[in-house]
Amino acid sequence: MKILVPIKQVATLDEDFEFREDGRDIDPDFLIHDLNEWDNYTLEEAMRLKEGPGGEGIEVVVATVGPESADEELRKCLAKGADRALRVWSDALEDADAIGVARVLAALARRESPDLIFAGVQATDHACGATGMALAGLLDLPHAAVVAALDYTPGSNSATVRRELEGGSYASVRIDCPAVLTLQLGINTPRYASLRGIKQAAQRPIEVLDAEALGVTADALGAAGSASRVRRMYVPEKGRAQMIEGTPAEQAARLAQIIKEFGGAA
Amino acid sequence: MMSGILVISEHRNGELRPVSRELVGAAVALKDATGEPLRVAVIGEAPERYVAELKLAGVDEVLTVQAVVDAFDPEIYEASVRALIEARQPSLVLLAHSVDSLGYAAPLAVKNGYGFATDVFGIERDADGWVATRAGYGQKVNIEVDFPGRSVVVLTVRPGAYKPVETFGEPSVSAVPAPAVTPRSQHLGFEEPAGGDDVNIPGAEFIVSIGRGVGEEDNVEEFKELADSVGATLGCSRPIADAGWLPKARQVGQSGKTAAACKLYVAMGISGSVQHMAGMKHVETIVAVNTDPEASIFTIARYGIVGDIFDIGRELRNHF
Repeated sequence: MKILVPIKQVATLDEDFEFREDGRDIDPDFLIHDLNEWDNYTLEEAMRLKEGPGGEGIEVVVATVGPESADEELRKCLAKGADRALRVWSDALEDADAIGVARVLAALARRESPDLIFAGVQATDHACGATGMALAGLLDLPHAAVVAALDYTPGSNSATVRRELEGGSYASVRIDCPAVLTLQLGINTPRYASLRGIKQAAQRPIEVLDAEALGVTADALGAAGSASRVRRMYVPEKGRAQMIEGTPAEQAARLAQIIKEFGGAA
Repeated sequence: MMSGILVISEHRNGELRPVSRELVGAAVALKDATGEPLRVAVIGEAPERYVAELKLAGVDEVLTVQAVVDAFDPEIYEASVRALIEARQPSLVLLAHSVDSLGYAAPLAVKNGYGFATDVFGIERDADGWVATRAGYGQKVNIEVDFPGRSVVVLTVRPGAYKPVETFGEPSVSAVPAPAVTPRSQHLGFEEPAGGDDVNIPGAEFIVSIGRGVGEEDNVEEFKELADSVGATLGCSRPIADAGWLPKARQVGQSGKTAAACKLYVAMGISGSVQHMAGMKHVETIVAVNTDPEASIFTIARYGIVGDIFDIGRELRNHF
């Protein structure tokens, strides 16, 4: 069987970032890239099944929609034991939102026909929480979001999952498989890549595909396949704490005073 | 021509979730600005039980859809909301940005070609249609999006972003026929988190809370002692509970507990994710201690200390 793990190369902003000339995104020179935090957990969950009882035949395929720089994140996954890595790109995807990306992943999933798809609940940069479940919709597969525990026997036609709800409670759900699940932080403890794994991953191939070659037509590609369009991006006015300056001893003394005033008032 | 605003309410375990009244708050403001009628829908096994609570001021019509189960199911909700949209032809549909919505909002939007944006905290309408504002790049920027060519726009709205409507009105009530769905998942039951100690985060007035900044498990003890010596309850952010360093019962935030009674909250080594802030940003006095002067927690804190939590913690103990 096969588990497809879509991953994302996310971006954080450099300290003195600047906007792109059209004001609709950040100038790429000011972006610092990394693997989405959630993707460490989705990959780990796939590896956990592969290494667990009955998992010998499982193939773990990681895939991303992104430019060449995203190969770095795919290699991190290969270094941790993923069997195969795929990357899809086309310049038109520059303007795709989460829905636009899901359309490309759906085309890829139709080619790969996995038995399970594990995506992260959201990405650390834009936190849309949409791509994985949009993919489920496009593939018309059973789906559950924000899964904090998974009970699945390889080859079985259903799984039991715990959805993490607000306020510290959970809902248990039995779900038919194949299914698409978005996995939550804390579902497992992700491994680190070994030095040997990292070395080997550097030599392994990454299959690069063109979105059009996967059958994504122009009317579903990039901006045309997206459900929203960015008008502008800007830095909001934000509140700012009153800063307590001084040496650690002076700062702590002021904090002690705040605590004691609170104690007196309570 | 699509017109009107449709709000999808949420309930769990027989109780209407308070975010439902916030969605009505957002929608009432838009109704006032645009003149669009406002409808609120509830989907459930016995939806009429929630109707009285949804007869809020400003609502024109309460719609009910009967489902085969009361607990949330993504396929039942997706089909029901589609049926509601077809029945009333709204141009704007508001859902909560909640765990339940995460399970069906995107499939609903992508399968029907609706305009779509999530976790929005600003909504308006101009000559080109609906415009929504959300955050990007770890909350560092705001992003304004529109939905060219989409006659229906579905938005998930950030909890806490709008004031709830608390007064009642006299909307009409009608039932929309339930669509036929054979769900491919079944709700088995609800559970409270297992284990943990008997700490009462929602009832605590003074909380010292620790985050990733503590570095490693061995350092947690030092902050336990610090909290004890200053008379505070020790709380934590998600990574600390996920790692098992403190029980889940001490986690503050959206998926943990809300610091409901808290008046003084000292956040140590917590950067301030949206999810963490959801559980504590209402606290009157927040003090943030963090080495990163750009940490988001400083945007909601009353007092800020840019410094090392270990140094500050040790110095602080000298005063108690």
